[in-house]
Amino acid sequence: MTKQKENIAIKFAGDSGDGMQLTGAQFTDNTAAHGNDFATFPNYPAEIRAPQGTIHGVSGFQIHFGSRLIHTPGDEFDVLVAMNAAALKDSLSGLKSNGVLIVDRAGFDKKNLRLAGFDPDQDVLSSPMVNNFDCIVVEASRFAQETLADSPLDPKAKDRSKNMFILGLILWMYSRDIASVERFISEKFKDDEVLRKANLEVLEAGYHYGETAELSRYKTEVKAASLAPGEYRNIMGNTALAYGLMAAAAKAKLHMFYGSYPITPASDILHELAKHKYHGVQTFQAEDEIAAACAAIGASFGGALGVTGTSGPGLALKSEAVNLALMLELPLVVVDVQRAGPSTGMPTKTEQSDLLFAMYGRNGESPIPIVAAGSPSGAFSAAYWACKLAVEHMTPVVLLSDGYIANGSEPWRFPQLDKLPDIMIPKAPEDKGMGESYLPYQRNSDLVRSWVTPGTPNKQHRIGGLEKELETGNVSYDPDNHQAMTDMREEKVRRIATYLPNQEIHCGESQGDLLILGWGNTTGIIQSSVKELMEDGFKVGQIQLGFINPMPKNLGEILNKFKCILIPELNTGQLLKLMTIAYPTCNFLGLHKVKGVPFKKQEIVDEARKILKEVENGQ
Amino acid sequence: MDSKKLTARDYASDQDLRWCPGCGDFAILKQTQMVLAEIQADPAQTVFVSGIGCSSRFPYYMNTYGMHSIHGRATAIASGLRLTRPDLNIWVITGDGDSMSIGGNHLIHLLRRDLNLNVLLFNNEIYGLTKGQYSPTSKQHIKTKSSPFGSVEKPFNTLSLAFGAGASFIARSIDREAKHLQEMLKRTNEHEGTSLLEIYQNCHIFNDGAFEQFTDRKAQKLNAIFLRQDEVISFGENNEKAFRFDGLSPRAVDKANYPAEELWIHDESDALKASILCNWVESNPELPKLFGVIYAKKQSNNARNMDSDVLDERYVNDLIKGRKTWSV
Repeated sequence: MTKQKENIAIKFAGDSGDGMQLTGAQFTDNTAAHGNDFATFPNYPAEIRAPQGTIHGVSGFQIHFGSRLIHTPGDEFDVLVAMNAAALKDSLSGLKSNGVLIVDRAGFDKKNLRLAGFDPDQDVLSSPMVNNFDCIVVEASRFAQETLADSPLDPKAKDRSKNMFILGLILWMYSRDIASVERFISEKFKDDEVLRKANLEVLEAGYHYGETAELSRYKTEVKAASLAPGEYRNIMGNTALAYGLMAAAAKAKLHMFYGSYPITPASDILHELAKHKYHGVQTFQAEDEIAAACAAIGASFGGALGVTGTSGPGLALKSEAVNLALMLELPLVVVDVQRAGPSTGMPTKTEQSDLLFAMYGRNGESPIPIVAAGSPSGAFSAAYWACKLAVEHMTPVVLLSDGYIANGSEPWRFPQLDKLPDIMIPKAPEDKGMGESYLPYQRNSDLVRSWVTPGTPNKQHRIGGLEKELETGNVSYDPDNHQAMTDMREEKVRRIATYLPNQEIHCGESQGDLLILGWGNTTGIIQSSVKELMEDGFKVGQIQLGFINPMPKNLGEILNKFKCILIPELNTGQLLKLMTIAYPTCNFLGLHKVKGVPFKKQEIVDEARKILKEVENGQ
Repeated sequence: MDSKKLTARDYASDQDLRWCPGCGDFAILKQTQMVLAEIQADPAQTVFVSGIGCSSRFPYYMNTYGMHSIHGRATAIASGLRLTRPDLNIWVITGDGDSMSIGGNHLIHLLRRDLNLNVLLFNNEIYGLTKGQYSPTSKQHIKTKSSPFGSVEKPFNTLSLAFGAGASFIARSIDREAKHLQEMLKRTNEHEGTSLLEIYQNCHIFNDGAFEQFTDRKAQKLNAIFLRQDEVISFGENNEKAFRFDGLSPRAVDKANYPAEELWIHDESDALKASILCNWVESNPELPKLFGVIYAKKQSNNARNMDSDVLDERYVNDLIKGRKTWSV
């Protein structure tokens, strides 16, 4: 009776007060426990409680899970849960033509229809717009009230449990064990017996509803995926990034300091790190973005791993401080969880448009390494490497993530610290006991100065933002010295390339007609695109650039083995510009999108086919 | 640290001093070095952090650890250093433009957090390094390069600003009063929490004589009140005046007419009286300006004794693993 499917995408959509993010997160945890591979995409409004019932207030959570490997949350979904008319209007266009639509009748009353911009007298649920789909009208709100008839909760509170009804139904539909969700509810409401009982009862009512309402034909199973062997957990991007920072501090045997000012979508990193106050992590919620960066520099001067985290507008404010770290030659990791648009833009939406700002957005000649996270779990190693480079090369490093990576989640075959590369602190050369004075800007063969912190006897020195004399660090306005220092700072970053892991082919061919070169959140979507193109017999490969400045040494070699290189980016061509400068003889083409949402597979596949056709025709 | 006794010269670096001849900064540098010698501060445990401006060159001249940072941010940088290094003795060197204009936000938040730092605010009521623009402490109507017709802006009452931000220690001194300055530097250093010492400092080039009324022996008597703990607050040409409270309002009276216990006796730990000093006496143009320790809150070590341990690998391994895992 139960159907078998290889993969399913579901979108939970409702008002931002309807608990869709919680529903999605719980279903995700259950999916992980079931053994599927998955990718998620939460998409919610910036307002905490946007006008109820309106399109602005729609909060969505998309999950794509499968018995095969899953690389993206899916271009379209097989199931749409629409808790109200606004959610329907907002999300229906993403439902596959043979998809299943689940709606809560209470969300389609006259008021909800009016708020969503429908004719309040229209029977939307009987209209062709809905009837073209396989639609299940569920009375989640009414069932929640009825289930809780004996509960002392007020009707409003009872209504709020309707998301548990939906969650129960979906868990039943996909043949899941609900025990993990029950445990979660019991834990969450352990101090409130009434709410605990209410949520559990409604969840179970939803779970049993499928049987009683004879919805068995929808019952589907997606078997566990055959992931690479190992131990897995579910991880969100911002959490993985925070863990990466902590792992680096632990590995380098450093105390960690994180200076930050609340900003979407980076705040969750601050929240995560703040939990570890008694375990070697200090978080400092600064008065502003500048103070956050400066305090991290102060901490780094004192010998801690100084990190500051923000999003684009904050990076703009930190610019001067980052440049100070560059002149001081102190480790500083600057996390930029990118969001959409200039100025305030679209804070909860994603984009990759701070790359050139990270590269060039400071006064003077200011070369700084840039590392980019490629996926939620990939944010761990990106953060680890950003810290490693900052400490080992005594430099600020910009770590780019983005809203899509930050809030997305996926299974993670997590590492043990002993498997990660060591982080070596550049120490001062041993005193020869000749009473020699310490030269703070003396360098090793990688042009890296030593990290000597206050408190070290007989090595007192002064550092500052004024141009300094090579070696002594004394203030210098000498023309030749400034030239030498500028060249040295450039060369110092260039030499980091020697220490980077080789660029690998992420998927597909290592030579051929088309290389799709991505960075950041496009990892999964390019991978699925490449797989589709390969199934059609094209010679296509993918690389995903994690080190953008400097780039891995073998990158040119890979690029030269392809006739064309397509760079899809959620900006107007920023990596494209950097690549064109770095490899002027390669044939680069861009694919750009700035809509605040990730690429769809079809967009990349279509563009790739167009290029491949031209290559075939010898153009 | 060597076991031999350190002298003021041991706290001086080998760098040539580059302030203009006659600058008040020389005196402050000298008194600071003398005080450090007096308390035998360990140069390796001492840090000077400055922002930008003439006074912010200070760390280069000290044979301690030091950082000359960016405009207005020394307070923020020193905060990060303080939080991670409770063992160090940290001094912030800043000016009126640096701390009260571009760095105003960091100053008030530092005072609110009350981290254990010594802040020396060199107030010359002018922008010197940028060659003579009016500052947030310049007197109203001052004519400068950026206010050729006279500035319309009112200056900050620095004491009131600090008190309003929750400062636990507020003191003022002046470059020319060597002994007083030394005493105030020592008090600043002794206080646990953020100690703000405002030092009136003459800019010989762009605002010469701004504080002459406090340094000229005769004028000083009329224009300055030097506060002493447990002593009657007195002023006037022959110290003949004092304050007497009429309810909460202090009235200037002739000292001779009242027994001492009816007059305002300075108690630096009294927050209410400090508030009246900062907000009422200091802002009254008819009254002399205040010098000395205006407010020193009695408190135990308020430095946040955060855990500065390094991260433990096992802890991080457990964290990474989390509570819900599955094996494939």
